Amino acid sequence: MYGRLPIVKMLAATVALTAAICAVMVPIHWDGQQASTAAPKIDNLLTVMIVLSSFVFSLVMVMLFYALWKFRAKPGDESDGEPIHGNTRLEVAWTLIPTVIVLFAGGYSWSVLSDIEKPADNPLTVDVFSQQYAWSFGYPGKDMAWSEGEMHVPVNRQVQFKMHAQDVIHSFWVPEWRIKKDNVPGITTTAIVTPDKIGTYQLICTELCGFGHASMRAKVVVESPAKFREWVGGLKSKVPQPLAESITQDTEANPVPLDAGGA
Amino acid sequence: MTAAIKQPGWIRGLLGAILAGAFGFGLVIALRSISGLPLYDTEQTGYPHVVVPLILAPLGFLAGFGCFDYWLRWAAGLPTIPDDHSQHGAKSWKDYFRFNTDHKVIGIQYICTTFFFFFIGGLLAMLIRAELAQPGTQIVGAAAYNSLFSTHAAIMIFLFVIPVFAGIANYVLPLMIGAPDMAFPRLNALSFWMLPMAGILFIASFLAPGGAFDAGWTGYAPLSTGAPLGQSFFNLGVQFAGASSIATALNFLVTIITMRAPGMTFWRMPLLVWANLSTSLLVVAATPFIAGAQFMVLFDRVLHTNFFQFAAGGDVISYQHIFWFYSHPAVYIMMLPGFGIISEVISIHSRKPIFGYRLMALALIGIVVLSYSVWAHHMFVAGMFSWLRVPMMLTTLLIAVPTGIKIFSWLGTLYFGKIHTYSTAMLFALAFIVTFTIGGISGVMLGMVPIDIHVSDTYFIVAHIHFVLFGGSVFTIFAGIYHWFPKITGRMYDEKLGRVHFWGTVVGTWGTFIPMHWVGMDGMPRRVADYATQFGDWNLLISCFAFALGAVQLVFLYNMIVSWRFGPRAAANPWRANSIEWQVSSPPPIFNFDEIPRVVGGPYEFGVPGAKHAIMAGEGTEAPAQEPTVVGTT
Repeated sequence: MYGRLPIVKMLAATVALTAAICAVMVPIHWDGQQASTAAPKIDNLLTVMIVLSSFVFSLVMVMLFYALWKFRAKPGDESDGEPIHGNTRLEVAWTLIPTVIVLFAGGYSWSVLSDIEKPADNPLTVDVFSQQYAWSFGYPGKDMAWSEGEMHVPVNRQVQFKMHAQDVIHSFWVPEWRIKKDNVPGITTTAIVTPDKIGTYQLICTELCGFGHASMRAKVVVESPAKFREWVGGLKSKVPQPLAESITQDTEANPVPLDAGGA
Repeated sequence: MTAAIKQPGWIRGLLGAILAGAFGFGLVIALRSISGLPLYDTEQTGYPHVVVPLILAPLGFLAGFGCFDYWLRWAAGLPTIPDDHSQHGAKSWKDYFRFNTDHKVIGIQYICTTFFFFFIGGLLAMLIRAELAQPGTQIVGAAAYNSLFSTHAAIMIFLFVIPVFAGIANYVLPLMIGAPDMAFPRLNALSFWMLPMAGILFIASFLAPGGAFDAGWTGYAPLSTGAPLGQSFFNLGVQFAGASSIATALNFLVTIITMRAPGMTFWRMPLLVWANLSTSLLVVAATPFIAGAQFMVLFDRVLHTNFFQFAAGGDVISYQHIFWFYSHPAVYIMMLPGFGIISEVISIHSRKPIFGYRLMALALIGIVVLSYSVWAHHMFVAGMFSWLRVPMMLTTLLIAVPTGIKIFSWLGTLYFGKIHTYSTAMLFALAFIVTFTIGGISGVMLGMVPIDIHVSDTYFIVAHIHFVLFGGSVFTIFAGIYHWFPKITGRMYDEKLGRVHFWGTVVGTWGTFIPMHWVGMDGMPRRVADYATQFGDWNLLISCFAFALGAVQLVFLYNMIVSWRFGPRAAANPWRANSIEWQVSSPPPIFNFDEIPRVVGGPYEFGVPGAKHAIMAGEGTEAPAQEPTVVGTT
């Protein structure tokens, strides 16, 4: 019965539409500038998803508009359509094929996730302190040197951020790094980033934290190791008492990234 | 005057509210003075002398209004006023403002009340977009802005999308299954009247010192536990909306399970009934979790418990687990009834049986089961145990499968049919397939942890939720309203105005919410009154489309009001549908059926020769003629 449908032409139209959508969407840098080793991996995942999604979207559009063009009732036609109640093979197909697609997407995401969270040897640890509505940063490797509203990190070295919130939940996001993590009062959370482009970026709070939420930003500078040593050496103040306490209160409820814990 | 006080109604209701509120206030003051506490000064968030009256006053109103009269009289041993259905039906518009146990009256009460809140929530959205049209803060300050989007979301979710589906189903579902009313009519009326209590609490919070609740509709602790008084209005409003929702869901469950007409087996139920069965299963099990979460926040605020007070050993993240254990199933509570509406509309207007009816019903059940296992995908960056992310990602991606089955089955229904697009309901159903596909695709992307880490809490999320809740749920609501408008009002709406509303809504939805994906991925966080100037042009464009989208809803409002009053009389079955609600007059008789119909076949047997869904009263004699006559067996 389905032989009456121009299946080959519909598939060709789907592929053509997919190609057209991808030709427009794939070259665009949706996520903006890339400035960490995780960024290209996440963006590649996004590109693969855009291609797969374009195919699914095109398929639905071709199926929909072909039906609307072909099976539109003529004016005055009061008759009913053909009493088709279903087609088991087709129903099995559109249950199993999407399952395979989403499981592929899940597996790919899992591998990207393990990859971007893999701890490296000799990472730099930076403590991130957030409170309404300001960021500050401690450098435990440098005698608890403390910087307010500005963070420097060296390029091409993995940084492990240990995050502490003093009052409500805040969230640490540097869009160019593609990394985000909530800072949760009472526990320490961890994020791993390897910045790979020298430059100045913005740290944005992305968890609603009160009336000053929109302006809770900090400056992030990625620079050469030499310049970083110079900057961190020039820091005069030390992490003050209440903040230092939140490090010692470290409950370590969840610092362990995916692959670092077990085996 | 004394008669007015004795009669259940508005006067006794307002009196009850005042008395109960005063009693609550007096109780708090008395207890505080006995305990030697300062009478009025409490810690920043406490205000027990406001919170306790806020709990009691709505209950006082409901009692005074007559919601409990029958039960109280029975419990007190007084002669109950016999339930002779004298309250059934509505003779004038005033009857819609009374306690009424007729499911059709309650359905209309629900729909009108929820659309009232839809327009309030829409006005708040317009204010939000006005503020966001330019970088910097122009219209409202940052604190007031937080109140705006919090109340917008709370009203749209708890007072529009969830209850409007309950309203549509309240009207249509008993008719569809051949029942004279809901199983528990008094509970049904009580459920409805709890809803305005929630709405009044949400809106009244603007009057509280410190402004309306401003911790988002998610109300994350500890921002919410430390927020000013307005947050308590949210905590309590959710209780009333939630109790209303749970009671209605119980009512639907019992009605569907026990009150189907003879012959209406589960596999002969229209998919709208299946959808409401699934939704009700979600509501009864999930909604208590948000009620619990909001009670815990309220207790932290007023009673100084320490559920989420990290300094006293509370666990901040557990709020999010409890909250999302409700609020992810809630997105299906807001979607499954819409799936049911779309199935009805597409089948009827394609003149074809639903493609894969059983798989459609099973997909609903699949979504119900899976939806309890995906909540933590809202928390991929929240700092929960990191190993929880991958299983939650996989279940989240898998839930796209039953949803995909539904999309493909609707498309399959169109094939070899006779598609009619004269009805605005069908236009919305078709547009729903397109917008919901996009919302589903962005949902799959969000389910993938590495992408979610980047776009979490950005405008990408705002784009996604509005694509599934506005382009999804609200489109299905419009489809449902247009579809059953003739049945409910007995009048036809104006299809020309319907088309203006449809195209305006489609263009407005796409123009408003598509660019939000882009600014979100490019670095604009959500819930901000001010943003980087690089996003200024896009936001101006978004605001312009949003204003157009808001304005075109007035066309809908005009069409509904004027058509209800002056529209041409509707036939009993203008769409030539099979299901039972279309076999009775428009509007249906007061008790739905003179005689309960007998169901003899599936609801979508279009094009099947001689097929019949139900035999109505007076048709009984025809039935034997349809049975095959066997001559000369042996």
